[in-house]
Parts: sequence; C-alpha cells; structure tokens
Amino acid sequence: MSSIGTGYDLSAAQFSPDGRVFQVEYAQKAVENSGTAVGLVCKDGVVLAVEKIVTSKLYEPGTNKRLFTVDTHVGLACAGLLADARAIVDVARNEAANYRAEYSVPMPVKELTERVSNYLHAYTLYSSVRPYGCSVMLASYLNDSPQLFVTDPSGLCFGYFGAAIGKAKQNAKTEIEKLKLKELTCKQLVKEAAKIIYLVHDEVKDKQFELELSWVCAESQGRHELVPKALKVQAEKYAKAALEEESSDDEEDM
Amino acid sequence: MAAACVDSLQLLLPHDWPKQEVMTGTTIIAVEFDGGVVVGADTRTSSGTYVSNRATDKLTKVTDSIYCCRSGSAADTQAIAHVVASHMEILEVKSGEAPSVRVAASTFREICYKYRDSLSAGIIVAGWDKQNGGQVYMVPIGGMLIRQSVALGGSGSTYIWGHLDATYKPGMQKEECVEFVKKAVTLALNRDGSSGGCVRVGIITKDGVERRTFLHHELPEYYLG
Amino acid sequence: MNIEAPPLWSNGPKPGLFYDFPGRSVGQSLVNDHAKTHTMYPTTTGTSVIGIVFDGGVMIAADKLGSYGSLARFRNVERIFKATDEAVLAFGGDIADYQFIREVIEQKVRDDECGGYSKQLDAGALHSWLTRVLYNRRSRFNPLWLDCVVAGFRAGKPFLGFVDKIGTAYEATEVASGFGQYFAIPMLRSAREKKSDGIFTQAEARKVIEEAMKVLYYRDCRGFHRYMVATVTKEGVTIDDDLDLKKDTNWDLAHLTKLL
Repeated sequence: MSSIGTGYDLSAAQFSPDGRVFQVEYAQKAVENSGTAVGLVCKDGVVLAVEKIVTSKLYEPGTNKRLFTVDTHVGLACAGLLADARAIVDVARNEAANYRAEYSVPMPVKELTERVSNYLHAYTLYSSVRPYGCSVMLASYLNDSPQLFVTDPSGLCFGYFGAAIGKAKQNAKTEIEKLKLKELTCKQLVKEAAKIIYLVHDEVKDKQFELELSWVCAESQGRHELVPKALKVQAEKYAKAALEEESSDDEEDM
Repeated sequence: MAAACVDSLQLLLPHDWPKQEVMTGTTIIAVEFDGGVVVGADTRTSSGTYVSNRATDKLTKVTDSIYCCRSGSAADTQAIAHVVASHMEILEVKSGEAPSVRVAASTFREICYKYRDSLSAGIIVAGWDKQNGGQVYMVPIGGMLIRQSVALGGSGSTYIWGHLDATYKPGMQKEECVEFVKKAVTLALNRDGSSGGCVRVGIITKDGVERRTFLHHELPEYYLG
Repeated sequence: MNIEAPPLWSNGPKPGLFYDFPGRSVGQSLVNDHAKTHTMYPTTTGTSVIGIVFDGGVMIAADKLGSYGSLARFRNVERIFKATDEAVLAFGGDIADYQFIREVIEQKVRDDECGGYSKQLDAGALHSWLTRVLYNRRSRFNPLWLDCVVAGFRAGKPFLGFVDKIGTAYEATEVASGFGQYFAIPMLRSAREKKSDGIFTQAEARKVIEEAMKVLYYRDCRGFHRYMVATVTKEGVTIDDDLDLKKDTNWDLAHLTKLL
C-alpha cells in the first residue's frame, strides 16, 4: 500500500494513479481482521465452520452468531464487520424469497451469489457510500449437487470446493488442501472442519473463541442446519485431541 | 361504391362481428409419457362465428423443449407466451442451463394470477427437462397451477371429457399418445363449432421437438349420425 | 406480500391517443384509467371443508375436487396443507387464491425458520393473521375468495378456527364451510352430544369426520369421493392424502324408490 495517505483513499469513487480503489482494499482488510470461516464441499453436502472470537467473558454463549440461514437450502458464513454481514444476509434472504415467489422453486445458489455480488459491487462505485466490510460464503445442497461460493467486498465471487476467509485463511487453505474432499462425507468432514478451526486459532492474540458448525447435506434432507449437538461435541473432541497430538509432535521434534 | 360494399358485408356477416375479440375457440390437449410429452391442438381461429384462420398453429414455442397450448383470447395468450419466452431466454443465459418446465409453468401462472381480472387465458404448458423428464402443467382461467399426467383445455374440451376418462391409460408409449391425442382432438373439433380444421401434434423429448400435422380431410371419421 | 398488482400496461399510448410522455401530468389523460374491476367470482373452486376438536388434537378434512363451474375438472387437487408442526390449513373457494395464500404462508414460515429466533407459528397465530389479510382484501373490493379452516394448537391447547372471504372469523369445537355448515355441523354436534363429557377420542373423531364426508358426497353436487384428512396432535401433523369413501357409501335405498 504505497500510496496510503496520498489522498486517493478517501472515496470509493476515485481511483489512485496506479489504478486502485483504496476504499475497497480497506474493506478487504476488515475481512482479514475477522475470525476465520471455512467452507468444505464433499460428495454429499457442504460444511461451514466459523471461529467466532469472543472478546469478553461477559457475553452470553451463542450471541452474535456468524452463521445464518438464507433460505431453507442455503447457509451463509461471514467474515468481517458483523453488522455489515447482517445487512447482506437480509439482502440475500430477500433475493431468495423473490426468486421463490417468481418461479416456485428454490433459488440456485450460483444465481443468488451473483445477485449478492452485484449488490456489493454497487457499493464500490460512489463517493457517498462505503463498501461493505464483509465477505460471505454461501453454501447449498440442491438436487444432489453441493455448491459453495464466496463473495468479496469488491463484488467478485468465486465457486469453491474448499474455501477460507478471515485472518487465518492462508493456514486454513493449506489444511483444506490436505483433505481428500471428494472422498469424504459430511459427517466425516464436520470433524475436519472443527479441527481446522481449532488448528488455525491463534491462542496468543485471541484468547477465547466459539466454534460454530453447520451443514447442508443429504443427512439434513437438503436443509441448512446447525450440526446436531452430539456430533458437534464429537467433532470438538476430535479437534482438541488432534491439536494436542500435533503440539506433542512439535515438542518431540525439538 | 364503398358504401355498397359495407352493406353487402353487413348482410353476409353477423352485425357484431367487427366488435368481437379474436378468441381461439379451441381444443388443446397434452399427455405425459415416459421420456417426454405429446401436445395437440386444432387449427381454427375464430372471431365470433367467422373463421379468421383455418390453419393456425396453436402450439407455441416457449423454449427449445417447452411448448404451450393456448386457449382464450388470442391477443392475451400470445402476449403472455411472448413475455414468458423472453423471460426464459434471460433465465437460461443467467443460470447457464435450460429452464425447467416447472419454472416456465410458474411464470405463466404468475402472470395469469396477477392479472386475472384483465386476462382471458387458459394455457397448457408442456415440455421436457433433464431433472423431471416429460411434464404437463395446466394454468386455467383464474391462474391456478396444477401438474397433470393428461391435460385438456379450450371450448372443444367440454365435449370429450368422457372420452378422455374412458380411453386414457397411464403409461402409454409415445405413438400411443400421438394416436390418443389425434383421436381426442378430432372428436372435439367435429362437435365444437369453435374448433376445427386440422390436428397439429408436437412430440417433445430430450432430442427436441417433432412436429406432425394431420390434415382435415385425412382425419379419421367417427359416427356422424 | 404483493396485494395490488401494478398495471399490466402503463405509460403506453391509449387507444386513440398519443404516447403519454413521462412527466406529463396524469390529470391530462382523457381516458379514465382509475376505475378498476376486480374478481368478484371464483373460477376453479373447491367445496366444503370440515374440522373438529378431539381429546388432545384437531382433525380436518376436505375432498380433492377442483370444480370448473359444474365440470368436475381437476380430481387430484390438494386443499389441505401443513404450515408448521402446530398448524394445518384447509381451504374452500377459489383454488388459485388458495395457492397464492399458501405460498405466502409458506414463505412466512421459512422467514421465521431462517431468522432462527422466533417461535414457530401456531394455528392461533395463523388464524389471527388470516382474519387481517382476508378482511383487508375485502375492504379493497378485491377479496380472496376463500373459506379457511385453521387447525392445530394455540399456546399449547387444541385450536380450531374459521375465516371466510370477507374476514368473518370465529373459533369453535366444530367448524365447516359451504354445504358442510348445513350437513356436517349438525352431525358433528349431535355426535358430540351423545358423549357424556362432550369429548371425542381421536378414533371417534375420525369416524364422525368420515360420516360427514360421506353425507357431503351424497348431497353436494360439487362433492367428491376422494378426500384428505389431516390430524394435529402434540406428536405433530399427519396427513392422509389418498382416502376414498366410495366403497363405504350405501345405495340400498335405490331399490325402495317406487313410482306412485
């Protein structure tokens, strides 16, 4: 960011001389400051996992969730400014509802993501508004086809087999690449997703966090739901065990 | 001279003719079979009692593998079919795949229900898609939507409901369906003054549409007493 | 919810007039396009629906016919649907309006589900909501041509309510619309009077519903022998959707008919 402070970063309506829109890049920074979220596509569904950083012990557990249901068949995980993300969830819900009202069938998540992205993009064009400081992952399981898309504050979107957003996205992506996603089922993947979140969590910087886990899959009849409690407990146990094993390995190496 | 012309026309034709809306007094039918659908219609378009077109094509294309059969006001149904066809084209570009028959039928329903006070339209939507194969949907006046394995519509249908109930068998093969459709439309156009002419048939499968026209004078003859 | 559809054709040239340019005051239009007609009659229709409360639940029934005038046109129409685990609805009247309101309700339920915080809608809530929607529509001279029976629970207790196309609403231990009011209600009430405590078991409720549907088939020209029954109990909703009462009808009286 060589041109910081040169006056080209005050408005989303202005380019810098080297062709960048700084306001959008700052919005992406907001996403990168956020707790990590991962999405994994396997043969029978999609799993979403979020590292929700808890900044005070006085908060009730389960508040300010970062996993949302957009339509019965679409789940959303976000990273970045939560209030911005909530506004996006609202937009996405309206889009999904309108599509249903028009065509009487669930909205394909690809089209939904494109609509949401177009909306995000509109907020990168004017001086009177600021871009949305959030990225969202949209997951769905429709007609036996699991799909995962991720949006960006710039208005871009991509489809993924496995994706990560937030502060530890690089580490998380490295972990995801180790998995043979196409061979796994959602039930197995829930554990892996939990493990990744536990693994990439930075205990030094962010003391406490809550793991949020949800899925849309054959197991849940194509509905987006929080992973059943028993399974979540199992997954967390597995994650913690894997973490301990890894840290003891590290000690041996030393 | 001109006045004389008008006078002789007025003697020949019912005096309310110019004020009549063009209605497709019609017989339309569609049948599902394993692998596709067969749609059929007569070819008469009338305005009052005047046959304004005796070789109409009432099987209207919506997408490459979805057709609709129109009954009611020709103007209304034509306009609706155009709107839906262009809508489906946009949808295909957006989603990257051919829209399902269900979606096309819902779009017809949406328009027919929303504007039920100003429209006179009874439409059969039939076609093939890769998810659910051959499907037939009916959108009658009023704008409800229902899937049927066999659908019948238009003024001529009133004369052949009994025939349909007696001769329709679930699970008919393609050619059986064509014969069934041809016979039903023939019987209806013989009894319904507002239906007539030839029988046009469309067969929609995964390979697209096959069109057949059975000419009036070559149609089978039934009891004429 | 979209109550008033926007005009199908607006801003274009009116017959005999030039194009209405945007910005030109509406008052200059010579054609009065403010008068609007609305549907004041139904097209494809369903006939009566009936319902009763029994011990620990509610049961409703409706046949599967969609009439087109006197033509028995659609013989596999579902007029009962489950909204939530605590509410089922049955509708008589215009089937297109039924499909419309059904989609609105289903979206409401989805909205609540997705939100994840609100309690699921029960029959009491939906009944109350329907009274407002139907009364509002009739007040715009654009009624939804429906007779609704709402069955399920309200605050944990069995609930059975009725709303008609002008918003008339009540709740009762037995309700019916159309011909059902003349034939089913007296049957349901006299059956209840025969019980000392006035409370049906689920099996008794089913029996008396079947009897009422049979009489409606005998005496309603728009009646049909294939029908649906929905039952709501604490365990949830069960819907039997392909019942047939033709085999249970009795026509022995046909032999007794004598010419004078």
